Amino acid sequence: MIRGLRLAGTYLRLGVLNELQYRANFFVALFQSFLSVAVGIAVLALVYSHTAELNGWTESELLVILGVQIVLGGVIHASIQPNMERLTDEVRDGKLDFALTKPEDAQLIVSLRELRLWQLVEVVSGTIVIAIGVSRVQTTIGVGHALAFVALLLVGAVLLYCFWLVLATGSFWIVTMWFLSELFEGIYQVGRWPIGVYPGWLRYSMTYLVPIGFAVTVPAQALTGRLGWETVLVLLGFTAVVVVFTRWFWRFGLKRYSGASA
Amino acid sequence: MSVGALPQASRARSMVDFYLTTMRTQIQTQFQYRAATYMYTLGMVAEPTIYLVVWTTIADAHGGSVEGIGPGQFAAYYIVWTLVRTMNIVFTPFGWEERIREGQLSAQLLRPLHPVHYDLGWFAGHKVPWLVMYLPIAVVLSLIFHPTLDPRPVEVVVFLIAIWGAYLIRSLNHFVLGMVTIWTTRASAVFQVWFLAELLLSGRLVPLPLMPQWSQTLAAWLPFKWTFYFPIESLVGSMSTAELVGGLGMQLLWTAIGVLMVAGSWRLSVRHYSAVGN
Repeated sequence: MIRGLRLAGTYLRLGVLNELQYRANFFVALFQSFLSVAVGIAVLALVYSHTAELNGWTESELLVILGVQIVLGGVIHASIQPNMERLTDEVRDGKLDFALTKPEDAQLIVSLRELRLWQLVEVVSGTIVIAIGVSRVQTTIGVGHALAFVALLLVGAVLLYCFWLVLATGSFWIVTMWFLSELFEGIYQVGRWPIGVYPGWLRYSMTYLVPIGFAVTVPAQALTGRLGWETVLVLLGFTAVVVVFTRWFWRFGLKRYSGASA
Repeated sequence: MSVGALPQASRARSMVDFYLTTMRTQIQTQFQYRAATYMYTLGMVAEPTIYLVVWTTIADAHGGSVEGIGPGQFAAYYIVWTLVRTMNIVFTPFGWEERIREGQLSAQLLRPLHPVHYDLGWFAGHKVPWLVMYLPIAVVLSLIFHPTLDPRPVEVVVFLIAIWGAYLIRSLNHFVLGMVTIWTTRASAVFQVWFLAELLLSGRLVPLPLMPQWSQTLAAWLPFKWTFYFPIESLVGSMSTAELVGGLGMQLLWTAIGVLMVAGSWRLSVRHYSAVGN
């Protein structure tokens, strides 16, 4: 555990140093994030110009969901996605040998190596969107809710990481995985809306199969006073199962890896 | 002179031959990657499905329609959407950076044809397997969302022409955009603003009548709606025959503008271009 944290710290420092070489990219990321927030807000304005509430959510409450989706999107783009893309590339090219021969847990290494620091701009812009949304929601939010929100956000990030790793592990069987990011990015847009608007079959698959409902909607529920203890318990239980399954599936896939020139 | 006429005819024939060969190669190549194509399509279908669900929810909450559009019409719009979206897959302007960096553009300059022909032929063939593979997905979506789709024969004919018009317009516009890459290394900001305008003003996000009046007026002056809204609406909407033909005329106009812009921007840019890579 301590070794793992130290390893994470080392990779983090390396990643930051590496990214600081490309400072102009900060403005690129800033501009991108500005545009994507602008689109999100424009779409909300358009929807709410035709209705007062969507599935019981007001515009301010949906801003909170949008903000959470952007924050988690930032975490995905900064860390999860670049690591997983590198993993699938290296499985294809046989370069994963270099990670596997290191004297540390392979899953830990493949999940930590890459960092796109400037993408964390999205975490900041998402937080601003959440703050605006929360300030316009009528219900008062206590410290308890805020803490629960942060904890649930972390759980959400873990779920999204597991989902990505399960997909990326697929590269041990399927060689062409170029579509992964497109597939995920497409499906991730589901998280912009409260999971309740989707019809039953889609809602269940977006909660349990692709854990976007849990990852995005549940933290937003904590900030808009809609969260019950049952949901939190189900979420925690589900996350535990997912983490164990992901670990098992990663090892199962790894057995198929036969290295370079194979 | 009869000698001059013969090369003219054979040039046309070799051009057709070139397009058919490029398309056929791409059709065969793409059919090999069925699993990858399906996964990609799944990610693509997510976007219209989300829009559809949101607008259906709003329509249901307001007595069954928004601005006169009911759930059945939304379903038809967003199911046909993916067909038109697939037609609109063209060479991305972001790809020019790699072409320049890797030196591919230098190789293209040695070839006897204008590079736009390679992209047009390549992506025309590329989308055929995709369209075929989308059809079962469209059937499943139709069973779930019950679209109201009852086109007249003339609408089907116009639709089949309009999707290729959309393909041409978008290909040509993106080629011109790609030329920006030759002039600056920060072209991506331009592309992103362009894609944002396209998302909002093309009908990709919502059927245009749902947009505020001023943006509809704006959209009328831009090429975007002729690549998304018009082809979709020609099949699912209830346009008069005159409107349908007028729409094809607008597509022709934007194609002509696109051709001129491609020719002009290419000539300017290639003079400015200096090779990098190996």
